[in-house]
Amino acid sequence: MKQTISVLVENRAGVLNRITGLFSRRAFNIESLAVGITDDPAISRITIIVDNGNNVVEQVEKQLNKLVEVIKVRTLEPESLIGRELMILKVNASNKTRQDIMAICDIMGAKVDDISPTSMTLELSDTPERIDIFESMMRPFSILEVARTGVIAVQKGGGKI
Amino acid sequence: MTGAQALIESLKREQVEHLFGYAGATICPAVDALSASPEIGYTLVRTEQNAGHMASGYARVSGKVGVCMVTSGPGATNLMTGIATAYMDSIPLVAVTGQVPSHLLGRDIFQEVDITGAVAPFSKHSYLVKDANEIPRIVKEAFHIASTGRPGPVLIDIPIDVQNQELSGTFVYPDQVNIRGYKPSVKGHDLQIKRVAEAIAQSKQPVILAGGGVFLAHAAEELELLAEKMSVPVVTTMMGLSLLPTEHPLNMGMIGAHGNVCANKALSKSDLLILVGSRAADRAILSPDVIQERMATIHIDVDPAEIGKNMRAAIPLVGDVKTILRQLAARKPKPLPESQEWLSHLQERRREELGRSFPQREGYVFPGRLLRVLGEKLEEDAAVCVDVGQNQIWACKHLTVRAQARFLTSGGLGTMGYALPAAIGVKVAQPRRQTVVVCGDGSFQMAMNELAAIRAAEMDVKIILFRNQVLGLVNQIQKTDYSGPFGVALDGSPDFRTIADAYGLESTTVSSEEQVDFAVEELLHTPGGRLLIVNVHPDTTTND
Repeated sequence: MKQTISVLVENRAGVLNRITGLFSRRAFNIESLAVGITDDPAISRITIIVDNGNNVVEQVEKQLNKLVEVIKVRTLEPESLIGRELMILKVNASNKTRQDIMAICDIMGAKVDDISPTSMTLELSDTPERIDIFESMMRPFSILEVARTGVIAVQKGGGKI
Repeated sequence: MTGAQALIESLKREQVEHLFGYAGATICPAVDALSASPEIGYTLVRTEQNAGHMASGYARVSGKVGVCMVTSGPGATNLMTGIATAYMDSIPLVAVTGQVPSHLLGRDIFQEVDITGAVAPFSKHSYLVKDANEIPRIVKEAFHIASTGRPGPVLIDIPIDVQNQELSGTFVYPDQVNIRGYKPSVKGHDLQIKRVAEAIAQSKQPVILAGGGVFLAHAAEELELLAEKMSVPVVTTMMGLSLLPTEHPLNMGMIGAHGNVCANKALSKSDLLILVGSRAADRAILSPDVIQERMATIHIDVDPAEIGKNMRAAIPLVGDVKTILRQLAARKPKPLPESQEWLSHLQERRREELGRSFPQREGYVFPGRLLRVLGEKLEEDAAVCVDVGQNQIWACKHLTVRAQARFLTSGGLGTMGYALPAAIGVKVAQPRRQTVVVCGDGSFQMAMNELAAIRAAEMDVKIILFRNQVLGLVNQIQKTDYSGPFGVALDGSPDFRTIADAYGLESTTVSSEEQVDFAVEELLHTPGGRLLIVNVHPDTTTND
C-alpha cells in the first residue's frame, strides 16, 4: 500500500541530497517526491510517497527523524489527506481532433495552456489516479510530452503537522 | 581573528586537549593557528585513516569527543574509513577537513573532493562552512551532535578562504545549542518503565543482552547493579565485551556466530530477552525472526530507529541507557524466585567453557592459551585494543578481563588496522593506563606505519602479533565455503623484529607453550613500547 509522508525540513543547501541519499542507502523505494517552500521561508515541505512493503514506513519515519535538518515527519492517513499533483501534457491536435480533446478536458477539468496548428498543451491538477485517467484518455491522440510534479499533500481539517 | 583562529579557539572552548591529524595545503591556516596554541597536543599520523582510529580510541576511554584534522581531497578520502568505523560503532568524533577555496568549489581543482557528500551515508552530520562568522556556532553544534543522543562522527569542511577570512565582529562562543530538528530523548517513558519492570518480574528465564550502547552511555556500573539486584544473567555483543568482568557470576559471555557456547545457549533458551544498547546486527543475532517468535523482547536504546530495525520489540523503551537503568533500579527490583535454577545451570556451563583445555602443536602457540595468560597478568584497568580477523575472535573468546578493563575493537565495520592506532589514542588520553594491542600479521601490516607515533612520543604500547602468515579468517571461510585458499598467504611479509628494531622498539618471538608465561611477563613489565610475535600454526582456526 502506498503511504504519503510529509516532512518539514530546514530550507538549506544539501538537505534534499541527504533525504534522497537516505532512501537509496536504506533501500527504501520512493514512488514520488515533491519539494517546495512553506509559509516560513526557512522551512521546506517534502512530500514523499513510498510503497509500504515490509512495513517500511515506520523505519522511513524514524530514519528521517534522525537527520539533523529534519524538523518534523508525519505519515498522512489516506482517508484524511488532500493530495494533488500537477501534470502538463502536450498532445498532437489537428482541426479534426481538437474538439474531441476539448470535450475530455471539459469532463476532467483540465485547462488549455497553449495551442498551435498541430498541438495542444494541457494542464491538470488533480489526484494521481485522475491524472492517470486523463493521460490514458489522451494517449489515442498521440502524446508528445508529459511533465508531472509528484504529489503534494496536507491533512484535512484545521490541524497541521 | 581569522576563521582558522576561531576554529582553534572554539576547540579550546570545547576543552579539546589533543588533535590527531595530517597537514596539507588547504588546512594550513588551521594548522598554523594550532601551532600558536601549545596547550592543545598534536599527533601526526602516517595516514589519515588512522587519525580517525586514534581519535576513536581516545574518545572511547576518555568519554570525550575525539578530534581529527586533515587536508582536502586525498586527506579527506583517506579519513573516510576512520569516519565510517566510528559511525558503525557510534563513537563521538569531530573531523575537520580543509577544502579548496569556496569560489572554486565544483571545478574539480587540485585536491578537491566533495567530502560532505561522500560521508553523508556514514556520518551523523556534516557542515560545509561558507562564512567564518559561523564557525563558533558550527563547532558548538558539531560537538553537541557528536556527543549526545546516539553518538557519532560529525564532519566540518572548511574552505581555505573561509579559514583565512577575518571575522566581522569579536569572537563569541555560544553557551547553548538550539537545533529544532535535533532533540534526543533522555528519560524513559514512565509507563514503559513500569511495563518493562513487570515483564521482568514475571519471567522465568530472562537474559540481558548488553551492547556497546551501555559503554556509550557510561552505564556499565548501572547495568551490573541492576543485573545483580535481579540476579539475571548477562550476555554481551562484541561491543559490550568488558562491561562485566569475565569472572562475574552473572556474565555468560559473548553471543553470536563467533561467541561463547554458554552465551548462545542463554539466548536461545530464555523466555525474555532484554536488549540494552544493542542493534542486534547479523554477527550477534543471525536469525532475529526465530528469536522473536520464541521469546518476548524488551529493547532499550537511545536511538528510536534501532527499535524494530533488525528485531521487533514487544516493549520498546527509548532514552538514555544510564537514565533508564537507574529508573528501573529505582523500582527496587527483587531477585526472581524462579530463575535461580536457570542461572545455576548457565553458571555450570560457563565454568566448563572457561576451564577448557587448549590443543597443542609443537613449535607453535595456541592463541587462546596466550590470551588466557595475558588476562591473568593484565592490570585491573588495562585497555586491550583488538584488531579484526582471527585475532579478534580469539580475543573475544579467550581473553579474560577484570573489573575496570576495557576491550576495544572495531565491531560494526570490522576495519583491519584499527587496534594499533586506537591504542595510541588510548595512550594519549590516559598515558598511565596499561595498553595492549592484539593483532594478526595481516592487520599489523595495515597499521604498522603508526609505530612512528609510538616512537615519536615514546609510548608504552604493548603489541601482541599473532603470526600465522595467512589472512586467517578468510582462509578459514575459503576452506569451508569455497574452492580453497586463494590470495591469502602473506608472502613477502617483513621480518617483524627488524621492523620493530627500525622503529626503536624491543621485540621477542615466542614459538612454544613453555615460553608463553615468561614472554607475556616480559612484554608487560619491561618499560616502553614492545612487540611480542607469537607464532601460530596457519591451520589453527577460531573454532579450535
